[in-house]
Amino acid sequence: MKVLVCIKRVPAPGGKLSLTEDGTDIDTRHLGFTIGPHEECAVEEAVRLVAEHGGQVTVLSAGPPEVEEQLRYAMSMGANAGVLVEQSAQDPEATARALAEAIGTLESEDGPFDLVLLGNESADAGNYQVGVRVACSLGRPVVGGVKGVEVGAEGTDVFLRRESAEGIEVYQAPLPAITAVKEGLNLPRYPSIQGRLRAKKGPVRTLRPEVPQGGLRTVRLRQPPEKSKETVVLGYGADAADSVVDLLVEKGMV
Amino acid sequence: MLLVLVEDDSGAVSGASREALALAHELATKLDVPVHAATFGTGEFTTTLSAHGASVLHRIEGPFADDCSPEVRGAALGELIRSAGATGVLAAGSEWGNEIMAHAAARTGEAFASNCVEVDAGREWSLTRVRGGGMLLEEAELSGAVKFVSLVPGSVEPTEVTAPGEVATESFVPEHVDDLVHSKLVERTTSGTGASLATARVIVSGGRGVGSAEGFASLEELAGLLGGAVGCSRVATNSGWRPHSDQVGLTGTKIAADLYIACGISGATQHWVGCMGAKSILAVNTDPEAPLVSRADYAVIGDIHQILPAVVERARERKKEVQGAV
Repeated sequence: MKVLVCIKRVPAPGGKLSLTEDGTDIDTRHLGFTIGPHEECAVEEAVRLVAEHGGQVTVLSAGPPEVEEQLRYAMSMGANAGVLVEQSAQDPEATARALAEAIGTLESEDGPFDLVLLGNESADAGNYQVGVRVACSLGRPVVGGVKGVEVGAEGTDVFLRRESAEGIEVYQAPLPAITAVKEGLNLPRYPSIQGRLRAKKGPVRTLRPEVPQGGLRTVRLRQPPEKSKETVVLGYGADAADSVVDLLVEKGMV
Repeated sequence: MLLVLVEDDSGAVSGASREALALAHELATKLDVPVHAATFGTGEFTTTLSAHGASVLHRIEGPFADDCSPEVRGAALGELIRSAGATGVLAAGSEWGNEIMAHAAARTGEAFASNCVEVDAGREWSLTRVRGGGMLLEEAELSGAVKFVSLVPGSVEPTEVTAPGEVATESFVPEHVDDLVHSKLVERTTSGTGASLATARVIVSGGRGVGSAEGFASLEELAGLLGGAVGCSRVATNSGWRPHSDQVGLTGTKIAADLYIACGISGATQHWVGCMGAKSILAVNTDPEAPLVSRADYAVIGDIHQILPAVVERARERKKEVQGAV
């Protein structure tokens, strides 16, 4: 089967993020970057699916030329080829248009991807919609929040499992399909030395789709207000148990 | 007209949907337009809707009972938005709400601002939304013929109107969803046991300091005693001590408990954005300098393996005293 994974380059999680002077973006000068946690699981899942069913994993990322770093990382995990979609607009509609157009270009050359995997929401912008928009413009089924992917015995359907407020839901979707996955789907591997060497030489092609901006325009970013009050220390060690229980009683928990 | 997508919580309007209704009423007053509500649910919502100033309830009918896919629901909502002529659509920023709003926005070709905390309506809508689960706030302008907005639960007071009016109920049967390629729900299992992380009043959560899967026994015990849920940090899931469904954080569950008891959790940003919605936080940690200790309302410094059993014992005694007194 042919599997495509869309990944995003995001600031590595860690301390507080600094902003540029005009406040329109994150100051990236001293930051490390990584693949979003949901998307790292998507890459792992794609590599496992292809190991089981045969086929090819292509990994694609929209953004500045630097996203090649994340494409190479995904290839070191086992993806076969990378596609860099050079794009400056960051709003969710423009991103989805760029992805859909790039997928269209790739599919017009080599036929459709059986499955396209994305992260449920990006770790930085968190717009919760790019996967749905891509599916809508390609006219394919899509299920989000997925933590389990299984290809049906006939190879014509995929079963997608997710957690809901009430319990577990399983959806069946005809292939080709799209799914937006979440961390917890699997535990992503740490790339091997051989994988890293292979990824260095693996093919990465660049596409430059022209897409209009969408209707959500970022004006500026700002830090959320910090709590200014002091922490009340209830005590040290087991001696603090009484004060903790007092607090629990005060909150109506005991 | 502004349309609010109302979520059915066991037959009633969900708390987060009431917040969306309250915000819609405020914006609609400014824009001088009515507020309508739409639902896939079957509850009797009209009393609540009236209290929040909505004048029409659109019941979206068709094969939507329980076994329906998000694609079909989103397309059906999109169709209603066009046919009823909504210029703005609001919903709770729950997983369910965000998913259907994304579908409806994609189907209608309009922009969608998810997880907003403030919205002001004009020709364009100015809004503040949370990014990265709350690490940063984004101020943005939303344009287009129909504006889609979802709200972070708890960001707006669910204020009721002073003069409630009549609510007319209309049924809406979408016409263009039959030819849609979509997934279908084939299995649903209800977990049912214990309090869920997203809704628990109290959560006892553990991280690196717990040390092992077995170490969670005392957390389970305290949570059981308080009628709460057990949570954990990313370290605990990645070490295989707890299932991912217990994870609190950016890539896990975002909680809104009254009290969050964080045991042996240092509080990296990834974890903080998941627990900052708690009304109070009690951090138990050997390190008085841990980020979560400085951000918490209350702290106990020391080893959780000594502190938790002592707390459980004292809480049991206190419970008995109270029952004895009654």
